[in-house]
Amino acid sequence: MQGFVIEMLNIRKEFPGIVANDNITLQVKKGEIHALLGENGAGKSTLMNVLFGLYQPEKGEIRVKGNKVNITNPNIANELGIGMVHQHFMLVHNFTVTENIILGSEPTKGGKISIDEAAEKIADLSKRYGLAVDPYAKIEDISVGMQQRVEILKTLYRGAEILIFDEPTAVLTPQEIKELIQIMSRLVEEGKSIILITHKLKEIMEVCDRCTVIRKGKGIGTVNVSESNPDELAALMVGREVHFKVEKKEATPKDVVLDIDQLVVLDSRNIPSVNGLKLDVKAGEILGIAGVDGNGQTELIEGITGLRKVKSGSVKLNGKDITNLPVRKVTESGIGHIPQDRHKHGLVLDFSIGENMVLQTYYQKPYSNSGKLNFTKIYDKARKLISEYDVRTPSEFTPARALSGGNQQKAIIAREVDRSPDFLIAAQPTRGLDVGAIEFIHSKLIEERDKGKAVLLVSFELEEVMNLSDRIAVIYEGKIVAIVNPKETNEQELGLLMAGGKKEREGVS
Amino acid sequence: MQKLLKNEKLFNTIVPVIAAVLGMVVGAIIMLLGNYDPVAGFSALFNGMFGSPKAVGETIRAASPLILAGLAVGFAFKAGLFNIGVEGQLLVGWLASVWVGYAFDLPTVLHIPVAILAAALAGGFWGLIPGFLKARFKVHEVIVTIMLNYVALYTTAALIKKYLYAGNEKSYKVDGTASLASPFLSSLTEGSRLHWGIVVAIIAAIIMWFIIEKTSLGYELRAVGINQHASMYAGMNVPRNIMMSMVISGAFAGTAGAMEGLGTFQNMTVLSAFTGTGFDGIAVALLGANNAFGIIIAAVLFGGLSTAAPQMNFDANVPSELIDIIIALIIFFVASSYLIRLILTRFSKEGK
Amino acid sequence: MSFLEILAIIIPAALYTAAPLVFTALGGVFSERSGVVNIGLEGLMLFGAFTGVLTTLMIQDTVGAASPWIAILAAALASGLFSLLHAVASITLRADQTVSGVAINFLAAGLSLFLIKKIFDKGQTDFVQFRINKSDVPFLSDIPVIGDIFFSRIPYTSYLAILIAILVWYIIYKTPFGLRMRAVGEHPMAADTMGINVTRMRYIGVMISGVFAGIGGAVYALSISGNFTGGTISGQGFLALAAMIFGKWHPLGAMGAALFFGFAQSLSITGAQIPLLKEIPSVFLIIAPYVLTILALTGFVGRAEAPKALGTPYEKGKR
Repeated sequence: MQGFVIEMLNIRKEFPGIVANDNITLQVKKGEIHALLGENGAGKSTLMNVLFGLYQPEKGEIRVKGNKVNITNPNIANELGIGMVHQHFMLVHNFTVTENIILGSEPTKGGKISIDEAAEKIADLSKRYGLAVDPYAKIEDISVGMQQRVEILKTLYRGAEILIFDEPTAVLTPQEIKELIQIMSRLVEEGKSIILITHKLKEIMEVCDRCTVIRKGKGIGTVNVSESNPDELAALMVGREVHFKVEKKEATPKDVVLDIDQLVVLDSRNIPSVNGLKLDVKAGEILGIAGVDGNGQTELIEGITGLRKVKSGSVKLNGKDITNLPVRKVTESGIGHIPQDRHKHGLVLDFSIGENMVLQTYYQKPYSNSGKLNFTKIYDKARKLISEYDVRTPSEFTPARALSGGNQQKAIIAREVDRSPDFLIAAQPTRGLDVGAIEFIHSKLIEERDKGKAVLLVSFELEEVMNLSDRIAVIYEGKIVAIVNPKETNEQELGLLMAGGKKEREGVS
Repeated sequence: MQKLLKNEKLFNTIVPVIAAVLGMVVGAIIMLLGNYDPVAGFSALFNGMFGSPKAVGETIRAASPLILAGLAVGFAFKAGLFNIGVEGQLLVGWLASVWVGYAFDLPTVLHIPVAILAAALAGGFWGLIPGFLKARFKVHEVIVTIMLNYVALYTTAALIKKYLYAGNEKSYKVDGTASLASPFLSSLTEGSRLHWGIVVAIIAAIIMWFIIEKTSLGYELRAVGINQHASMYAGMNVPRNIMMSMVISGAFAGTAGAMEGLGTFQNMTVLSAFTGTGFDGIAVALLGANNAFGIIIAAVLFGGLSTAAPQMNFDANVPSELIDIIIALIIFFVASSYLIRLILTRFSKEGK
Repeated sequence: MSFLEILAIIIPAALYTAAPLVFTALGGVFSERSGVVNIGLEGLMLFGAFTGVLTTLMIQDTVGAASPWIAILAAALASGLFSLLHAVASITLRADQTVSGVAINFLAAGLSLFLIKKIFDKGQTDFVQFRINKSDVPFLSDIPVIGDIFFSRIPYTSYLAILIAILVWYIIYKTPFGLRMRAVGEHPMAADTMGINVTRMRYIGVMISGVFAGIGGAVYALSISGNFTGGTISGQGFLALAAMIFGKWHPLGAMGAALFFGFAQSLSITGAQIPLLKEIPSVFLIIAPYVLTILALTGFVGRAEAPKALGTPYEKGKR
């Protein structure tokens, strides 16, 4: 026993139909940054929610500083000094920073909240740990980075000794990531312990002391990061050797298919998110867009597909102007779109898989005849796509909701690719999927490229962009700031460009 | 039981049945607590609903506007909208049918369809307002339709007083050429007020079923109802679909008004409170699981219960308001299907 | 008739009509701020009116003039308990909140008339002997001009309603309880992770709305109608709901809107005494509150924003 602050021993957590955590053990030493590594869906978040008191485990025990504890709700976790920085920030958007931080443990004077007293204490904390925030600003008015600092302050305000960071870098700019890493080091110096939930190997190598790996709900083991390397960690995480490099032939780009000029698109707050963007995508190539979330990627896609009004500029497909056409006309003119959020946009979850397969074509022959649907034809088509794309589903009549994420995504790709569009948009096509599904989807995209289609890939995973693309366009504040050849660049250069670095291309290499 | 819980469709069909039974059971308990005889009460109810040809006729008569009100609520539900405004749409439809029935001179073959069409159009227009506000300004339809109910209530009353007033808080009667009343149906049911409206209602139910299940319009409406974002992504015109479903829903409601105006009453009363039919439509749609066929059955049940209530009062001395209590309880139980699911799950675990 | 004389007719009438609406609308604020839609205000108000009248009739012979005040407390309790049904259905059983509210309205109407018939053997109660009367406030009513307009012929419940609205504002915006309640209505999961019991908070919100709607109903019955029939409460609950929305879910806004709606209603009644208004058909004044509420929602009268999590049941661990 050498000073473990947290011990989770043989934890088992079941949900109806699945075992999310099966006999997992996690031991965290005082003053260390401990990584919890696993694929999407491996059970990391479940385990942490157990520790934070949001779920109760069926088996196993939890010890804090050697004492056995029973954490039945977040209040108890707070009292034990456990704080969680959530991936999806748990902030009330129309409350101030102070109100969010004190929520649940408000200082009062005669029944009235003493806001100023609390704000002072928060200002002190923020100075001590280098977490710059404005205590009186409203959450909806501050940046994502500052919102995350508010999340951290929430735990410190309650005197947390052990901080859980759930995928904290997913929404940050490279600059903000750097700052976050400094903050984490500062916290450890001050005697805090940190559990970092992530699937990014680079971050683990950079900041963590030890790493516990879980796979498909089972604990695989704990390693010292300094004695390991990314390949070993990846193999532990996936359960087999992983080839990060995607196998593909040299691209043979031909004519320009999509031509975007001086495009300006406003976001929902009427701010130009895409601001004079110029870009072209050729037949037979995959063009990857690299950039930090929030630099106009979503608005760019919505502008191309007609989901959002274009303020000015033009979008041409095969020389034909499709700017500001309704979505349906854009789709009919030959664009396929694998959307960023498959549950929100890609599928009608309560429709059957069959009905989802004709989401854009239901009104056309042979699926529809003067307004009357032909279900025989619809389900014939669905069966064909299901078998061609290996969508694992009990039947074509099964609601899309009942399928796994990977199979839902395969169904979307089947539908989009089958329409044989000249131009295919793949937005975050592998988000939240396991390695098997990722490999399948990557190979499908390359297959489309080799058929001579133009593919636009938008991803926040730099690695994916670098592996898959034939050209990489870096987007920053709504503009393409550089176009680079993936073979002649590296993560450092891209990271710099993504953060608005002014370095001339020629200067780096 | 396991199979039942896994099969969503089957489960969704069984819930209303269980809810109706539970509602009756609690109703019986209330009778017991109130020192009434539940056996006498329920047998009087049954007699009042189906005990004689006249009772059957009255049950079906009462069911006709309820079917249409239920279709109105159910159709909007399918498109993801909650139309609490059926009551108001029904009132404007009622007024429109009476106005056309009274003011126009047409042969029967034209007069009835024109009057019904006028009711449907008026109801449709009253439904278009919340539909438009939702589509254009994203205003929640529940509040707007509630507000419009009151606007309709007071406005129709004022319009009758000003333009169609025949005295004694009533409008003029519709012409014979616009009347749905049928001496044939009436004599067939030994003097009930049964009229041809039931045929209109059943045709409307078939129309709803066909639109929702068999057409590309129905596919769109359902998609928009479940997931607006995906519908937009797929190129559907979401605002148009929202307005369309509110117009169609309102048209059903307006037609329900025509049942009263051209059928049961042949005129319109200057109302100071709601008829309640529109709100009963919510109960009908819920119990009928928003399915055209289910709505017909639910409407017959509720229509029968309300026509039989006086009989229950007369024979067993139970206040007729017990029916409202039972209907309210049934709504609770259907809405809380989660409870029924929990109970069934418990049973199936123990049975294993 | 001078302008001041007109005011001396309209303002007291408005305050008189508005009091029940103010109470009920404040109740709506609690429920909806905690994230639960409450269409059932109408039914809760109706049940309060029923309980208020019934209690007064039962105790007036022994208690005398204090009986309506005690009856108001009884009504608060009764409707508070009645609202528990809405809470259980919409919070614990995750029923559609609008549907549950509709059921509350049905049930309140059915149950109270059922009981009236059971007890009185007819469709309405007797009139109560003691009402909450319009009265002049001592001293203040003697102030020239202002006294006639604001402090004469107005029941005390109207002043009480305004004082309570201010109190509710303080509770919701200045106390930990209020902060937590608003957090639960905006982002229940955030509140949950901060150790706030979302379910309990929402139960409290709904039940306070029951208490206030019960008071509103009883005040209406005991100051305005004097007895209880099937038609005593017909739309006042929905009008209060409208006031709450028109007041943007803010206690003082709701109070202001309720006063304004009371003003519009009293105009439609007293309008006949006032020269200019005689010309306007009263139907326009009657429908004005409803039309205004729609306009408010549409954004023509300043956009009203509902609590973010309004209408969505909270399930632990679901994002």
